[in-house]
Amino acid sequence: MLDLVWLIPALPLVGFCILLVVGKRIGEPLSGYLATAMVGGSFVTALAVFVSLVGKHEEERAFTKVLFSWMPSLGVDVALLVNPLSITMVLFVTGIATLIHLFAIGYMHGDPRFPRFFTYLNLFVFSMLMLVLADNFLLMFLGWEGVGTCSYLLISFWFEKDSASSAGKKAFVTNRIGDFGLMTAMFLIFQQTGSLQYHAVFRAIEENRPAQSTVVAICLLLFLGACGKSAQLPLYVWLPDAMEGPTPVSALIHAATMVTAGVYLMVRIHPLLELTPGVMQIVAWTGGLTALYAATIATAQDDIKRVLAYSTISQLGYMFLAVGVGANVAAIFHMVTHAFFKALMFLGAGSVIHGLHGHDDPQNMKFMGNIRKWMPVTWATYMIGWLAIAGVPPFSGFWSKDEILLGAYQTSKPLWIIGLVTALLTAYYMTRQVVLVFYGKERFLHDANTVAATDEHDAAHRGHPHESPVTMLLPLVALAGLAAVGGLMNTPFRAKYEFLAKWLDSGLIPGTGIHAFVSEPHQVGGGTKFALAAVAVACGLVGIFLGWSMWKRGADQPELEVPLLKRAYGIDAILGRVITVPGMALSNFAAFVFDRKIIDGVVNGFGTVVQVVGGTVRKVQTGYVRQYALGLVGGLVLMVAYVLVRTAL
Amino acid sequence: MTAVVLSAVGRPTTAAYLSVSAVLFTLGAVGILLKRNVLVMFMCVELMLNAANLALVTFARSLNDIGGQVAVFFSMVVAAAEVVVGLGIIVSIFRRRKIGATADSASLLKG
Repeated sequence: MLDLVWLIPALPLVGFCILLVVGKRIGEPLSGYLATAMVGGSFVTALAVFVSLVGKHEEERAFTKVLFSWMPSLGVDVALLVNPLSITMVLFVTGIATLIHLFAIGYMHGDPRFPRFFTYLNLFVFSMLMLVLADNFLLMFLGWEGVGTCSYLLISFWFEKDSASSAGKKAFVTNRIGDFGLMTAMFLIFQQTGSLQYHAVFRAIEENRPAQSTVVAICLLLFLGACGKSAQLPLYVWLPDAMEGPTPVSALIHAATMVTAGVYLMVRIHPLLELTPGVMQIVAWTGGLTALYAATIATAQDDIKRVLAYSTISQLGYMFLAVGVGANVAAIFHMVTHAFFKALMFLGAGSVIHGLHGHDDPQNMKFMGNIRKWMPVTWATYMIGWLAIAGVPPFSGFWSKDEILLGAYQTSKPLWIIGLVTALLTAYYMTRQVVLVFYGKERFLHDANTVAATDEHDAAHRGHPHESPVTMLLPLVALAGLAAVGGLMNTPFRAKYEFLAKWLDSGLIPGTGIHAFVSEPHQVGGGTKFALAAVAVACGLVGIFLGWSMWKRGADQPELEVPLLKRAYGIDAILGRVITVPGMALSNFAAFVFDRKIIDGVVNGFGTVVQVVGGTVRKVQTGYVRQYALGLVGGLVLMVAYVLVRTAL
Repeated sequence: MTAVVLSAVGRPTTAAYLSVSAVLFTLGAVGILLKRNVLVMFMCVELMLNAANLALVTFARSLNDIGGQVAVFFSMVVAAAEVVVGLGIIVSIFRRRKIGATADSASLLKG
């Protein structure tokens, strides 16, 4: 069974190739089903691999499957690294991707580019799986760029909208900054170790110990790459705009999977990070500050998806905080539970937007209210996501967030405080969102078409929201189940209940006796753990209470929405002034001064010179034979005179 | 004077031949520049050619080198061919412009 691991990335690739060729021909529902089946098959294969890994002895749970040699001169193979960490990633990526593919069949219904959407989605899943399964930096980078490309293509999927196409470009350009870091880090690594294969690199660096500054530079550059992909300060600006893409894309790429690639990279290179405590601190503080920063912005946003986007940035900050304090298991744990509840909430938001189809401004929470009445299933599942992210026990978010806060408490108290404040803010803004969307008065904006519709049934149908079709509700229910109980995979009561930690710890680096992954043991006793959890839950409950009591009063409360936060600290305006304005000026200079005057000037100048010279010289050609003869004779006389003078002298 | 023109054995000297050649050449060149009649200009060209031929033969004799005479044969053959072409052009010029056709009337080919 383990030999079939190559099927995991191969199936989505096959799906992509088929859809690329015949996608348009097989048309709307079928291309969606094909894509879903391919990713579903990938998930089933991953499950089978998981089961057979669990069946193996603990120390044999890691191996490298070399598919073929890629760049022999660099010693780079196309090889899949199968170990508990990568299989965990593969499981939740393929599982959630399957559900979101299914959801998208309903959500994208009637879109003229329906098959193309699924072509991109399959390509994305393939790239993500290559990123996760790669056994060397270069192959990982291939997947890294692949998911970036798909992200760009899918953000600007509705490219007729100006905002969507520029959001795609923004994401692409911002990610280039991160990719610069990643590539430079790879060059440095290869220069130092002569290899790009993870374990070989780690071993070489540990044995040869290059200058500490080199290791720090490598780690910082890798972290820069992670910041770009995972939308951390200061490279987070693209993620809120990425919400211009279709909602399933936001759920899959910009919440559950791609944006966690940075966290995955940080966990993957933790043997290097552990050599550089300073970088660990930078990672932790960047994560903590990002978490707090994004959470404050999320409290004042009106767009249902933008709230979730800032929330995602904030939760990714938590994960980096966990990596920075050495709590790798907590980071992966939170990554998985966050994937469950955030995908659930994005899909729920998509369901609401879909249900409000035909209304003006269907993403603005100020024009929602009382959706619970019209969309009961969406409401019920959204509630579970809300409780999970707010950290209410026993839902999944509570367990993973608690684990991170515990790690922070052990390492740095200020970070722990930041984490608690963020938890409070998270509970507050999510409650605000839930109240605005699902409770209170109905504040729908009726489309001009609906009001004008003479057909009574049509008007009635479009006049109020409607529940989504079953292909959309099924993923919601499944994800709600996972978000509710997902936390049970790692409960801190006893060591034997920490299934995830034990699973990730198992497996030795092939050919050595070293563990690939070592989780941090808890240094605090049961009583402290309980007290910490109680404080965290109290923070969450306070946040919920505040949000509920404040926003129950009505949707129009400008005094609760700080204008600075509404404008997201005006960062986009500042970026516009600092980067866009000079950039435009430079482009204008290049286009209208440099190109038009200097480049075109040189070319046109040559033409003008030739024309002027030709115009002057052509007058010599009079057409009178006798003048030519005069010229000949004159020339002859001159030549003879020259010879005579020379001989005479 | 006689000594310049005639050698000791009473034959004309090289200088005398070359002088004749120079005079002929100058006559031809001046004719080309001053005459407008195409036929006369053509004859002037022949004059210049033969002046050159005379110079070549003279040098061949005085330097005792057959090469000069060979070159003259070539030049005569080329001149014969040139006569064919030249006369053809001249005839066509006269055909197009019945009266008062000069070299200057064929001046359409100008820059």
